[in-house]
Amino acid sequence: MSLPARRKFIPLLATALALAALFTTASLLYPGFCSRLVVANLFADNAALGISAVGMTYVIISGGIDLSVGSVVAATSIVAATLIGRHGWHPVPVIALSLLLGLLFGLGQGLLIQRFELPAFLVTLGGMFFARGLAFAVTPESAGINHPFYDWVQALRLPLGGRAGLPATALLFLAVFVVAAAASHLTSFGRNVYALGGGADSARLMGLPVAATRVAVYGLNGFASALAGVVATFYTGSGNPAMGAGLELDAIAAVVIGGALLTGGVGFVEGTLLGVLIFGTIQSALVFDGRLNSWWLRIAIGLLLLLFILLQKWISGRAGAARAE
Amino acid sequence: MSEPGQKPRGASVGARLRWPALSLAALLLFNWFFSPTFFHLEIKGGYLYGTIVDVLNQGSKAMLLSLGMTLVIATGGVDLSVGSVMAIAGAAGALLVTRTHLPFGVIAPICLGAGGALGVANGLLITALRMQPIIATLILMVAGRGLAMLLTGGQIITFEQPSFVFFGNGHFLGLPFTTTVVALAFALTLWLTRGTALGLFLEATGDNETASRFCGAPTAFIKTLVYGFSGVCAATAGLIATANIKAADSSRAGEMMELDAIFAVIVGGTALTGGRFTLAGSILGALLIQTLTTTLYNLGLPPAIAPAPKAVVVVAACLLQSAKFREWTRGLVGRKAAA
Amino acid sequence: MNESPRELLRARGIEKSFPGARALDGVDLTLRAGEIHALMGENGAGKSTLIKILTGVYPPDGGVIEFAGQPISPRSPRGAEELGLSTVYQEINLIPTLSIAENIMLGRQPKRFGVIQWPALRRQAARALERLGLQLDVKRELGSVSIALQQMVAIARALDLQVKLLILDEPTSSLDEQECAALFAVLKRLRGEGLAILFVTHFLDQVYAVADRITVLRNGALVGEYETARLPRLELIGKMLGRPVEAVSAARKRPDAVAGERGTAAGPTFLEATGLGRRGAIHPLDLAVGTGEVVGLAGLLGSGRTETARMLFGIDPADAGQTRVDGRTVRLRSPREAIRHGFGFCSEDRKTEGIAPNLSVRENIILAAQASRGPWRRLGRTEQMQIVEHYIRALNIKTPSPETPIRNLSGGNQQKALLARWLALQPRLIILDEPTRGIDVGAKADVERLVDSLRERGLAVLFISSELEELTRVSGRVIVLRDRRKVGELTGDFDENRVMRMIAQPHE
Repeated sequence: MSLPARRKFIPLLATALALAALFTTASLLYPGFCSRLVVANLFADNAALGISAVGMTYVIISGGIDLSVGSVVAATSIVAATLIGRHGWHPVPVIALSLLLGLLFGLGQGLLIQRFELPAFLVTLGGMFFARGLAFAVTPESAGINHPFYDWVQALRLPLGGRAGLPATALLFLAVFVVAAAASHLTSFGRNVYALGGGADSARLMGLPVAATRVAVYGLNGFASALAGVVATFYTGSGNPAMGAGLELDAIAAVVIGGALLTGGVGFVEGTLLGVLIFGTIQSALVFDGRLNSWWLRIAIGLLLLLFILLQKWISGRAGAARAE
Repeated sequence: MSEPGQKPRGASVGARLRWPALSLAALLLFNWFFSPTFFHLEIKGGYLYGTIVDVLNQGSKAMLLSLGMTLVIATGGVDLSVGSVMAIAGAAGALLVTRTHLPFGVIAPICLGAGGALGVANGLLITALRMQPIIATLILMVAGRGLAMLLTGGQIITFEQPSFVFFGNGHFLGLPFTTTVVALAFALTLWLTRGTALGLFLEATGDNETASRFCGAPTAFIKTLVYGFSGVCAATAGLIATANIKAADSSRAGEMMELDAIFAVIVGGTALTGGRFTLAGSILGALLIQTLTTTLYNLGLPPAIAPAPKAVVVVAACLLQSAKFREWTRGLVGRKAAA
Repeated sequence: MNESPRELLRARGIEKSFPGARALDGVDLTLRAGEIHALMGENGAGKSTLIKILTGVYPPDGGVIEFAGQPISPRSPRGAEELGLSTVYQEINLIPTLSIAENIMLGRQPKRFGVIQWPALRRQAARALERLGLQLDVKRELGSVSIALQQMVAIARALDLQVKLLILDEPTSSLDEQECAALFAVLKRLRGEGLAILFVTHFLDQVYAVADRITVLRNGALVGEYETARLPRLELIGKMLGRPVEAVSAARKRPDAVAGERGTAAGPTFLEATGLGRRGAIHPLDLAVGTGEVVGLAGLLGSGRTETARMLFGIDPADAGQTRVDGRTVRLRSPREAIRHGFGFCSEDRKTEGIAPNLSVRENIILAAQASRGPWRRLGRTEQMQIVEHYIRALNIKTPSPETPIRNLSGGNQQKALLARWLALQPRLIILDEPTRGIDVGAKADVERLVDSLRERGLAVLFISSELEELTRVSGRVIVLRDRRKVGELTGDFDENRVMRMIAQPHE
């Protein structure tokens, strides 16, 4: 592959290097960091964020943005917790219902954006407010979930040796990741998402189903957010209308650090996975340190975002100069 | 080149304020019928009290933020960091007031300056490094919250300093002092934009930045300036918020306020794409949203649920502004008439 | 010529109206397989509307289209593509962030059980390019190759879709001479394979180089269909303009008549550029403009005229050489600095670099003047109205009111308003880049008269135009560019032919 063809992988490489650098530094600073347990926990602790970020990757590649995900996670969690805890439903139909509601919510946002040409940023901002309000309307406090099905799922574990193991939620995250990554490379839907983000008008003229693709992407993200909400209920054993505040920012940060451009058309699901792992690594490192407080995570993510965006600019600047000659 | 059949845009200021004004009137009418206590006013201890006064008072933060946000949106950008800047300014204010003996009259400008500096940093990222406004301000939004918590060490810092407390809770000329602050800010912004040529440059930059630059308009300066200004407005709102509860709570201060501000600007009639803007519209938009919140509260709706109807109002406002939506409704009505 | 090729497309009586405008009024078009057909007309003739109707972007209000003997009414670009008609637009409607291979195969990727087979996809794409005689690394991002190659990719895509009629809308606007030649070679090859090709253009030379037949439209109506070999250039121009041939050649006498005046009118040198150049844009050149002089800048598309203007005005500042204004050495590193030294610049791209569309005519006119005073010294309302009303009268700008948003004005009036903007600055030198592009004939004449009067008042004018006729008519002296270099200068008695010959001459 010639250099110009390889160029698009550079951000991915940079993210991988950053992850390696961070992990290595933490391993050197904190004994016990470099262990299977810590790595497994990276996936287990960030499953909800991960699933959400994977969905967000599709949205961002399509040239859009979705600010409602945190609120949908919260709404899903509290609806599920209330139906199971207070009304005694069995978790399986509740989960199915939650996923359906998430899908419909996403499709609704997608329709507003596509059909009436409202800015995605604004519609999903409204969605964020709306879902959050709905969540609190269900009940203002968190609700615990006690159900044998939940106990069973929470006990599921893939042992990896030592004390390390991957719980069902982490496995689900990995499964979602694999499916999403494969679809992005190997299905026409996936390629249509890239085309939509790279040039919606051209895509339309080429006869691609632009409207359907855009609506579908938001629908899928709604589904992913609901799934993340379900995963959160397994992780915490409860539903909480206040949870997930700021999740959308973390997801967007993971996607951008993973190499996607917010303008659309560029990015990889694989990059987002690396971005989520970077997020998790910093968080774990802070916990290991014990001295630094949790707000350093925010500052670190902010700085990383800045760094990666500057890197992307530098790369596209060099590419532009190369083309001029 | 204008497409055939497109309606001439650029309606007068009065026409653009029509929708927010009508909506506000509709809300007030609703209250007239369903909760008349809304309009109950009385004078106690020389000050005016009543729900309307509360609306003015509580809406002051959103109104301040919306002034800065209007100018930012007019240049085609957006400022997502205002909530975090509010938190930083509040934390700085509380820190300075409890750890030093500086009078509030010195502390306030320092906090405003800090807000302005952070805003200018945003502006530089956008003009010098050519970053998209959403991303640049997103970075400060994320990191800034952390910074604010760093300042307060994760604690809630309380204080009693009378002038600081007065800033958010005092009264002046019978009305809450915050109303005075808003009025002054509005007057200042109005003068800055319409009394000088800055407003023209702003609208031109938002409408066609390249053309404006070729005309010699200082587009980079203007863009940096509006983000700095937005930072100052956010810092002012942050001081008010901190004064309101006599404490700096960095994790909660300014939460979701950027959204309120953006909503106010959109509902007020300034387009997200930039160009023409209306300060009065944004103030009206902020008042509308606050009135909505208060109306719902009076009807017994818990405040945590209020975001849901707020969202409906804002999306509805955007739909009304959307040409595609208007076409669609005209199509519906046409079909019904034919049937 | 061989025997008459068979008809592929017959469009008869095509009509289309938009609110407030009748775009097409009973237009006929006949296209034949194995033929290159040019569609020509001035702005507003209806060319792009006709193309959009043929390719299904919108339906006609009246008329019939028959393709390969069957009546058709395509409802979308995809629908037209399926019938065998495909369009390659000026803006290369492909996805720059995707690879060349993917762009060619988008929407039709070879699949097994729903999974895309990438190696097969890349092979098919490479084969499609080979049909055009091209060998590219199909894994490259489309955006990383030149516009000319991107256009080839677009054509390859259309071919791979089994197109029978290929429509090219202004394909050569962004190409240089070599790239145009390559494109024409490809088109001739495709013609030989039996493809029907329709190409929309306003470049006369190119029409005579490749087209077999020409259809001319004017103001939405059909003027006629002609065989290129039997239609002299002058007649073609006459048909496009709706003016009898004599009037056009009479216009060409003006340079001789006025040369004497022009040669002596130039005053002291205002702008003197020595060895001024910018890496990647312009090779170092010498250029001088005197007060009361109109200097024309001539050259083909891509020769560097706009780049020269942008360099002089400080938009893309020079990195070599020297500029002297009024005898003093200056460095112009930004439009602001250029304006401060008395320059004005009317860009060729009205839409993206000229008008602030939603602002009023008044605001657009006073913008540069206000900018030069800074934000604090605001021009009062009365002062503004004085300036605006003066120029509305002087330039004959047709607008319902000074407060009308400028986007509502016609192209010609927008152009005049932009000129007013620069004139309001009272500049010493004004650079006009394609000031008459895309405006109607009446407004063109107004602009030419204006340039003359500016010269008389002592302004220095640098005039850029692709219409050599207009350029030689207006300028007292012409500087000729080719391939980003200055190749010569013409003074005294000259006409378009001399300019064209200088452009064509091999570089010494």
